[in-house]
Amino acid sequence: MPKFTPAELDAHRAKLAAAPRKRAIIKVGLNTCGDAAGALPVYQAAKEALQASGLDAQLVRTGCAGMCGLEPLVEVQVGSDPAVMYGRVNAEAMREIVAQHVGQGKAVDAYRVPSIADMCCEPPTPGKQYRIVLRNCGVIDPESLDDYIARDGYQALKQVLTQMTPEQVIAELEASGLRGRGGAGFPTFLKWKITRASRPGEQKYIICNGDEGDPGAYMDRSVLEGDPHSVIEGMIIGGWVIGASKGIFYIRAEYPLAVERIEKAIRQARAAGLLGSNILGSGFDFDLEVRLGAGAFVCGEETALMASIEGKRGTPWPRPPYPAQKGLWGQPSMINNVETFANIPPIILRGGAWFGAIGIGRSKGTKVFAVTGKVKVSGLVEIPMGTTLRQVVEGICGGTPSGKPVKAVQTGGPSGGLIPASLLDTPISYEELAKLGSIMGSGGMIVMDETDNTVELSRFYLDFSVDESCGKCAPCRIGGTQMLRVIDRVLAGKGTKQDIATIKRIALTMQRGSLCALGQTTPNPVLSSLKYFEHEWNERLVASK
Amino acid sequence: MAATAPADVPAIAKKWKDKRGSLIMALHDLQGRYGYVPRDAALELGKLMGVPLARIYEVTTFYNFFKLEAPGKHIISVCMGTACYLKGAPELVARLSEKLGIKAGETTPDKQFHLQQVRCIGCCGLAPVVTVNEKVLAKVKPAEIVDQVYACAKGA
Repeated sequence: MPKFTPAELDAHRAKLAAAPRKRAIIKVGLNTCGDAAGALPVYQAAKEALQASGLDAQLVRTGCAGMCGLEPLVEVQVGSDPAVMYGRVNAEAMREIVAQHVGQGKAVDAYRVPSIADMCCEPPTPGKQYRIVLRNCGVIDPESLDDYIARDGYQALKQVLTQMTPEQVIAELEASGLRGRGGAGFPTFLKWKITRASRPGEQKYIICNGDEGDPGAYMDRSVLEGDPHSVIEGMIIGGWVIGASKGIFYIRAEYPLAVERIEKAIRQARAAGLLGSNILGSGFDFDLEVRLGAGAFVCGEETALMASIEGKRGTPWPRPPYPAQKGLWGQPSMINNVETFANIPPIILRGGAWFGAIGIGRSKGTKVFAVTGKVKVSGLVEIPMGTTLRQVVEGICGGTPSGKPVKAVQTGGPSGGLIPASLLDTPISYEELAKLGSIMGSGGMIVMDETDNTVELSRFYLDFSVDESCGKCAPCRIGGTQMLRVIDRVLAGKGTKQDIATIKRIALTMQRGSLCALGQTTPNPVLSSLKYFEHEWNERLVASK
Repeated sequence: MAATAPADVPAIAKKWKDKRGSLIMALHDLQGRYGYVPRDAALELGKLMGVPLARIYEVTTFYNFFKLEAPGKHIISVCMGTACYLKGAPELVARLSEKLGIKAGETTPDKQFHLQQVRCIGCCGLAPVVTVNEKVLAKVKPAEIVDQVYACAKGA
């Protein structure tokens, strides 16, 4: 592929749009989750059926469309008919779909599930999904640069490089109200602005945090696997704005397919002149490299993440100095989360005001959640901020499979908290969730029914955090371990009221005294269980005065 | 030299030596080659990359991903993410432990199976999830887990 100039990029996109299409398109979701559910034999079956029948259809491997609980997922579009989504497809069903739907134009109702279009709504409406981050997931072939370009890919980069100043980009981000999607919710424009202003002219780094550590959250994996170029485009724009010539993707080693697809996308972008020297003929030089995590939750903390990129143990350092002043290798650095970067190109193309009109209060745009646990349809859900928890859990995800009432929802994973069923009408925003003692977090949302016990779940999270504590500071290292011992005493039926007081005292010490967010937030699941489900603790206590 | 003649170590060291902070990447390559980080290979890598063995030990023991002992022929990983936990992953571990006679994190004496609990592998929609080597088993039922694992091991 030749290196694009801006005009050539436009011409290439026009050429792709004008290319003749096959009569039908069959899309098979082949992310890690699809593969696990058996999508590969389905893909093979479709391929063989098409070859045998000679039908005029294109077969595409896509990322995940989001309804992970219904995988393997297959989408079929014939002619100008609306696309039909099929769920729980096996090889035999696939052959039937090819013969009946592709061959005769009649959908196979037995396997039909709601399509992406059925789930989404324009303009954004609470209770319905709205896809900005997931706009291409399950839609394009993630391994095809052309597919991405055809969907306005690298158009935002072109616009930024040819028509905008860095200050204008920052102004658009400010108007958008976008905040960090990794959990903390720091305003993105401010991070970019501060890093741009810091030590001009020196080597700077832009880093993508793909160390998705919350067990129970996998939005970032899905975006990296399903739409790698969108994250890369966001990073290039960020690099240009802050004045960085180098970017680093830090990705969990447990996500081999995400790593493979990002590496492939980087190679494609380089070959097309979208990465490397003189990007799109603008004179801007920027390149990316991938670094793997190695299984350490604390590396989601930005200073620990940078230590890990430097090849060291992932222990955090006290801030200040902030990464914007002294980050990776002591140079100004900026870390954003996968989802944050994926939001950048649409904000540039459609304007900050468009994004800022979605959502409530100081929480703008959409948020992707991985809704799992006791729900009928678990999977990825992207909703406008301000959608209520009930709309997500009972509406979009269909409530519990057993029909039993929801007991609680947990957001924010090991750093978050429980929200009882009585508060499910709370609108989702950074502020509202914090008020309830939980956090937005990176997007894990675990639904519990009444058969689940919150004391045991708290112990599960605490055990995780204790294991993941890096050990550098005492409140986290010792506090977590001691708290776990007390909880085990309670779970063994030997706890007293005094033990509850001890847990709360340790929690306060950890919150106030820990060096980084891991230690500060480790007590959250326990505290929220104590707050909303105190009776579950009291039931286990030895009767005492 | 021990059983694991570190023949590939010079190539790995050469690939990463001049890239700043690449010790973890080199260790990934090493583990990819041997299935774990053998001591003699790590020593050799350290010499070639100019990193003391103590530093390598410091890093490998910090990160869950790295193993210091040969893990056995078939690696059984039970996902212990929250969704899998809620949907019965602990019982899967218990069943496998009982059948194999080892605890999570251990290898059978005949070196055939290594049983481990892993952090979320990101397939929460299919919980509970178990992987046997590269094969992913979705929505696993306790009554079927042992047979499924043996079937995978046989097919491998």
